[in-house]
Amino acid sequence: MTTLQVFSDWLARTPVSVLIQTTDWVIPAVQTVHILCIAVVISAALMIHLRSLGLAMKGHTGGALAARFLPWVWWALGFLLLSGAMLITAEPGRSLTNPVFQLKMLLLILAISLTLLYQQPLRKDPVYWEKTPARRANAGIIAILSLILWTSIVFAGRWIAYAIGT
Amino acid sequence: MTLQSLLTWLEQISLVTAIRESTSLFPWLESIHVLAITTVVGTIAMVDLRLLGLASRERPVSELMAQVLPFTRGAFVVAAITGSLLFASHASDYLHKAPFVAKLFLLGTALINIVVFHFLTARDIRTWDTASRLPIAVKCAGGLSLAVWVAVVACGRWTGFV
Repeated sequence: MTTLQVFSDWLARTPVSVLIQTTDWVIPAVQTVHILCIAVVISAALMIHLRSLGLAMKGHTGGALAARFLPWVWWALGFLLLSGAMLITAEPGRSLTNPVFQLKMLLLILAISLTLLYQQPLRKDPVYWEKTPARRANAGIIAILSLILWTSIVFAGRWIAYAIGT
Repeated sequence: MTLQSLLTWLEQISLVTAIRESTSLFPWLESIHVLAITTVVGTIAMVDLRLLGLASRERPVSELMAQVLPFTRGAFVVAAITGSLLFASHASDYLHKAPFVAKLFLLGTALINIVVFHFLTARDIRTWDTASRLPIAVKCAGGLSLAVWVAVVACGRWTGFV
């Protein structure tokens, strides 16, 4: 038995886990909050990155859009972490040892890293990504990769339910 | 034709049967449905929050709607197509689930709200387009929209638990 498996079994027997498991409205309620926060992240990412590709929010600088939408992304990610932690606590066997869940966490780390990489230079220079053709191309690559990652994260989230015990 | 025979006919369409019998088609459609509905809810919330005077206050309402709502409409079409296919695969089961029926009524409410807003409330948009504090009817449209879409997501999720 792996350490993760032992931890997962221990977590499932804790009083807080048992309480959530036996209160039948908690899981759908927390999942609803989780999906609403995903709506915030997906829509904000869509606006930021489609702008980099010239497909949305024409007439706005990257810095202006980042300042407008990225705080929403970080707040929503905080609530996603909280609601996600509650869902793991409720059903650790469904998530921790599930390969699709593990893939989702890896993709999430990559998506957050890319978002930080995009945000960092904008703090000092709101038009950083527009200044040279090379930077515009890099912003485009970040945009495409980010949108693929967020989409994959949503898909993986749904597939967790179908990959239990694999 | 009774409702039950209509539902039975729907469930017998070959594409619908394929969705029901395949182990992977249903989750793929669900994944696309979740992606589409999160895009619908997130983008429409941007407009709703502007109407409520809680976000994007420095931007004209008409500009924000022109920039954001095309994505809402596109994503809604995808959500409606995938949702219809998911529904058809277990049509009579879904119609017996209270949260699913509630979701349909909520979608109807959202549609009526949109029609009333665009054809009545927004007729004098020129007078408040750039205002940060908007008329009460405009705020109500935004508040109702936000509440209804949150409830649509909740009912969608609850459908899987009953």
